[in-house]
Amino acid sequence: MKSKSKLFDKEQLWGYSFISPMLIGFIVISLLPIIATIVISLTNWAMLNNDVKFIGFENYMKLFNDPLFYKVAKNTFLFTLLLIPSNLVLTLGLASLLRDNFKGVGFFRTAVFTPVVTTVVVWGILWKYIFQTDNGLVNTLLSMINLQGPQWLYNANLAIPVAVFVTLVKGLGLNTVIFIGAMKDVPTMYYEASEIDGASKMRQFFSITLPSIAPSIFLVTIITMIGSLKVFAQIDTLTGGGPGTSSFVFVYYIYQQAFKYYNFGYASAISAVLFCLIVILTIIQWKLRKRWVYHEN
Amino acid sequence: MRTDSERARRAKKRKKAIHYLVCSVIAVIMLFPFYWMFTTSLKTYGNVMKFPPQWWPDPITLDNFIQLFSRHNFLRYLWNSFYIAALVSIGVVIVSSLAGYAFAKMRFKGSNVLFLIILSGMMMPIEVTIIPLFIALSDLNLANSHFGLIIQPIFGYCGAFGTFLMRQFFITVPTELIEAGKIDGASHLRIFRKIVLPLASSTIATLVIFTFLQSWNDYLMPLVLLNDSRTYTLPLGLKLFASEMGVEWNLVMAGATFSTLPMLIVFFFAQRKFMESLAMAGLKG
Repeated sequence: MKSKSKLFDKEQLWGYSFISPMLIGFIVISLLPIIATIVISLTNWAMLNNDVKFIGFENYMKLFNDPLFYKVAKNTFLFTLLLIPSNLVLTLGLASLLRDNFKGVGFFRTAVFTPVVTTVVVWGILWKYIFQTDNGLVNTLLSMINLQGPQWLYNANLAIPVAVFVTLVKGLGLNTVIFIGAMKDVPTMYYEASEIDGASKMRQFFSITLPSIAPSIFLVTIITMIGSLKVFAQIDTLTGGGPGTSSFVFVYYIYQQAFKYYNFGYASAISAVLFCLIVILTIIQWKLRKRWVYHEN
Repeated sequence: MRTDSERARRAKKRKKAIHYLVCSVIAVIMLFPFYWMFTTSLKTYGNVMKFPPQWWPDPITLDNFIQLFSRHNFLRYLWNSFYIAALVSIGVVIVSSLAGYAFAKMRFKGSNVLFLIILSGMMMPIEVTIIPLFIALSDLNLANSHFGLIIQPIFGYCGAFGTFLMRQFFITVPTELIEAGKIDGASHLRIFRKIVLPLASSTIATLVIFTFLQSWNDYLMPLVLLNDSRTYTLPLGLKLFASEMGVEWNLVMAGATFSTLPMLIVFFFAQRKFMESLAMAGLKG
């Protein structure tokens, strides 16, 4: 009995030693910084401020009276609102087109997927070139049919839609492949049965495919929402937050406050708000995944 | 009857042709930006500005690429990006396969809670932890180095995701296999290295592809931390190069082509594995 408990202890020790690199690293690199972010958000810490002290929730009060913060929230909301429906419609369409194996399907899937493995900064700069007002490809093509293109990246109303478009095209391939995988898991006998009943392809898509892959659609939607909250590189390369502040998003505002103005306290308060939003969405994602997609454990 | 089947066959053929046509149009739209980037990088400045545009560069020049290496240090950026992403990938594989194995196959007090705690690292991405990390690294005189760029992903988002992914895999490894190793007197570390890890090669490949791309793409951290051009990574170097060159799009596109080509080449050689891995990571991560 005694030797058994000793063996058990040794077993436990092995377990702890296997997880310890990850656990210690996680505490130092992720957990402490998150706590620090929240603590700093309660101070007036700024690089030019010698009198750093706790100021309670003052930064948060300021935040909720800051018109630019509302603009950031609005822009992020608009970004998500434009991205998610267009993304779902296009990727479901692409997945239906590329689901079945036919000659050359590999090439078409690769073509759609290539932007996914392209560096975000390269992608952003490439599209900045294509959307240039003078000499950009889009406006050149428009002028060839005698249309004058707008100042895509320097128009306050177009900056966010253009950034959404660029993000959309980059991510299409990933969600398409996810949906192809989900569609292939739908039992073929459903389709065979409905074919006997004379259902059209359209009818099959809405009555069989869509309900069967609903879990994947919900998961992809949540993941896209989290991604929209973290958008930064596209905005920085395409518009630099501009014109003016018209394409500011969360991370861009954090970056500007923290690393251009060195207002660490205020920037941390914005980070803390962003963190809360990410936590809420991630918990929803985990709950959904547990319920629907993978029957873990 | 015969005409009926003929008609049906023809309709099927037409449908197939339309399907190919639609797919081809989509492929052209998706690939044209790359074509435009590449051909612009081979044009002279004068021809970039031409209207109507040159659809194929004439004359073809390699001057733009030469400038990347003579006046700028793109080879250095490439090396920096590569070795950082390689070290991050190795680090993530080591720490997360160890942790994932322990959570899947070893019994110890609090393992469920500890697993959830480590998993919560996925809610703490660099975007929300960068301020204290920047302050700490500056205090340690490590801000203008690659230290943070290597360490943060290993124990941040990528490591947490890796632990989850590896645990999912190790759960499927039959416990009898491990028990047999124990009876033979092998230590845990030996069983892990000799028996369990080789079984996980496909999952490890998935994790490496995901992690390498994350590190390779990283832009926020280099932007905040690095201020010496010798330490720049490709995304940061390219962004600053593009700001400097302004409308000399022939040069900017040469930089963009150079920055994305290595990854595209690797991708074209392992398309299936890339798509599979990133789709899996996309659903889980």
